[in-house]
Amino acid sequence: MSQVETIRLDMERAESPLTPESSGKLGMWIFLVGDAMGFGTLLCGYGAMRYGSADWPTPYQHLGINLTAFMTFLLICSSVTMVKGLEGVKNGRRRTAQIYLLLTIIGGAGFLGLQAYEWTKLIGEGLKIFGNPWGASLFGTTFFIITGFHGMHVTAGVIYLSVMLALVSKPTTALGPGWTYNVVEISGLYWHFVDLVWIMVFTFIYLL
Amino acid sequence: MAEGHASPNYWMIWLYLFILTVTEIAVIFTPIARLLVVIALVSLALAKATLVAAYFMHLRFEVRTLSLIALTPLFLGAVLIFILIPDHSAVLHKTADSVKVAPAASHR
Repeated sequence: MSQVETIRLDMERAESPLTPESSGKLGMWIFLVGDAMGFGTLLCGYGAMRYGSADWPTPYQHLGINLTAFMTFLLICSSVTMVKGLEGVKNGRRRTAQIYLLLTIIGGAGFLGLQAYEWTKLIGEGLKIFGNPWGASLFGTTFFIITGFHGMHVTAGVIYLSVMLALVSKPTTALGPGWTYNVVEISGLYWHFVDLVWIMVFTFIYLL
Repeated sequence: MAEGHASPNYWMIWLYLFILTVTEIAVIFTPIARLLVVIALVSLALAKATLVAAYFMHLRFEVRTLSLIALTPLFLGAVLIFILIPDHSAVLHKTADSVKVAPAASHR
């Protein structure tokens, strides 16, 4: 480690006691907390609207549970491949890191593909953002807004992770516990957060 | 922090998450009181979220204060639910959509 880098790390340590190894990690956490409040507000609003409605359709009778259960499974798997990829970066195994990051990206892209298929199918069955054949029109509104907002996050995550894969693949990028590890770990935090939010969305929008 | 700990067995976490998801789906098809279903599903979801945050996001191996920061949205979410309660108690008669024109059909 060069002297400049040592000094830089010492400065960061002093500035960021919560995440001593990098201030970027604290930044990501603060962003995620804010983002979680966005999702929390949407879900609380969903609950309030549903409670006030007399003809809210039972979600799992109209939204395909089997497909979304598989999508949940896919996201959980991609979270595991993410931590495995991060381990690869830490241990300096470029090939392992590349393969696991690629699997994570495939998991995310697969999720998006299935969501597109699900939306198309449901729209075909009459679920629209302004109404549906089964009951309260807000059922469709909340469904598309909340799953859409989450889908946007997955899209951003897939792009983010692709950049990380490119970074890790560059032969000049030094692996091992250092800057690269921190950067990939921060992208992992975002990815796991997207998984965590989906756990909530799956429970409240599809199962309850 | 995150660099200093022995990494947890991620495949076990994956297995727990898988089992909890299967349990969730089993719960909605179990013929028990609605309130019990709600309580079970919310607890299972919180358990899954905790596993992801603690192990995948390494919160367990970070400074404790960071976990407290991560919990603020949950706290504020609970506050928001209480803020919305007056609205709930004001709902004397739950309303169905007044105009029942099967909008999906007319706009198709």
